Amino acid sequence: MTEPWWISLIKAIVIVNLVMLTFAYLTWLERKALGRIQLRYGPNRAGPFGLLQPIADLVKLIRKEAFAPSSAIDAPYILAPIVAMFTALAAFSVIPWGPGWKIYHWHVTGAVVTVPISLLLIFALGSVGVYGFIVGGWASESKFSLLGSMRTCAQLVSYEVSLALSVLGVVILGRSLSLVDIVHRQGELMPFAAPQFVGMLVFFFAGIAETSRAPFDLPEADTELVAGYHTEYSGMRWGMFQTSEYINLITLSGLMVTLFFAGWHGPWHLGPLWFVLKLLALLFIFIWVRGTLPRLRYDQLMRFGWKVLLPVATINAVVTALVVAAT
Amino acid sequence: MSPQPISTLKGFGVTFKQILKKPLTQQYPEYKRPMYPRFRGRHRLWLHDNGLEKCVGCSLCAAACPADCIRVVAAENTPDNRVSAGERYARIYEINMSRCIFCGYCELACPFDAITLGNEFEISEYNRDDQIYTKDMLLAEPIKKVPVADRDLFDTPIPYYRSDS
Repeated sequence: MTEPWWISLIKAIVIVNLVMLTFAYLTWLERKALGRIQLRYGPNRAGPFGLLQPIADLVKLIRKEAFAPSSAIDAPYILAPIVAMFTALAAFSVIPWGPGWKIYHWHVTGAVVTVPISLLLIFALGSVGVYGFIVGGWASESKFSLLGSMRTCAQLVSYEVSLALSVLGVVILGRSLSLVDIVHRQGELMPFAAPQFVGMLVFFFAGIAETSRAPFDLPEADTELVAGYHTEYSGMRWGMFQTSEYINLITLSGLMVTLFFAGWHGPWHLGPLWFVLKLLALLFIFIWVRGTLPRLRYDQLMRFGWKVLLPVATINAVVTALVVAAT
Repeated sequence: MSPQPISTLKGFGVTFKQILKKPLTQQYPEYKRPMYPRFRGRHRLWLHDNGLEKCVGCSLCAAACPADCIRVVAAENTPDNRVSAGERYARIYEINMSRCIFCGYCELACPFDAITLGNEFEISEYNRDDQIYTKDMLLAEPIKKVPVADRDLFDTPIPYYRSDS
């Protein structure tokens, strides 16, 4: 028997809270790791090892005045961060973190929702999420925000092409668009990181650009540009943009674990624990990349996206298709 | 120089090694780094060994002060109220610490070495009025003290303009 609606609801609430918790401590981990890379301590005042720092940040952001420019167009200005955060959270719902269990007489799946085209759904939600950034920058009625949001969507749109093309090989090998089926197939064969190594690299680079993190963090570019599309945002509205960016990163890492590192599969049948461990390792690598590489120039970013990643992703997909067809 | 991808990967090794090292940051309120002995901090007014004030109220420090933060009002010494060693003494001696730039010109201007700059730098207050230091405060030992590095190790020889005093 398939699961009733209330089991999905419970799973959704648990997963949303777990993702938010991961986000909170991801910021802590990032500040801590970046600090140690730069021979600093990172947050160490709030609680032991600064573990209460995310909570202190949250309280500060909520109490802060959500300042809005008087010329801003109210409805889209307020809706934009909500759209960004909603799509970011919704995209995580289709990522499978376990094989599914039989509880009582219901078959409970290891994802909040299982849809046969979950991979497409993630990309679709990611594209909708870009609207949050564009609309937010446009509705602030500030030329800097508008320029920032144009910069952001130029980057996100050009890297989304490579991101979508890079998973084509996995889809061909997995013979499905459903993430659950792809993970099952990897359990039978091997993690697709081995046959799709090039695809994995393209996905990784495009993913960094897609979540606009260093070295592709031109949408934000802390040091040389005003913050970009969220220049005119403050308080928790700004916090929601930031949250959506980090949750996009978590979703993307989850997607990468699912597509290339066999999801919950691993020795000793640890199930969801393997998923979490792989996710954390990937998140650490993202932080490590941020701590190591300097930011690209804008023309380098565009050249890398269109002239390197896109051809490599296309050739990878074509070669994979030919090899699969030949065997 | 190694080719591009290899040197980039080497960079990842460098940053990872940094994580295992001990951070260089000094945890300030818990650990106070010893101040350099000639660091110019909070002012002091000094007394002679016999208890008389060195300051004679000449206002040269106030004249030398580029931030105009010193206020001196002098009064005559009388036989039954002798405060300083000279003819006159400073009835009011105030330094506005929120304006002071700690340049040390007052110290240079003083003919009797009555005012010097100490090493204390923790002089922030919650109220601007508390930043105006009166003569009593300047004459007393500072309440907050910071550690000072060994003078013999870190101090430089007495400068030429001080050599005769």
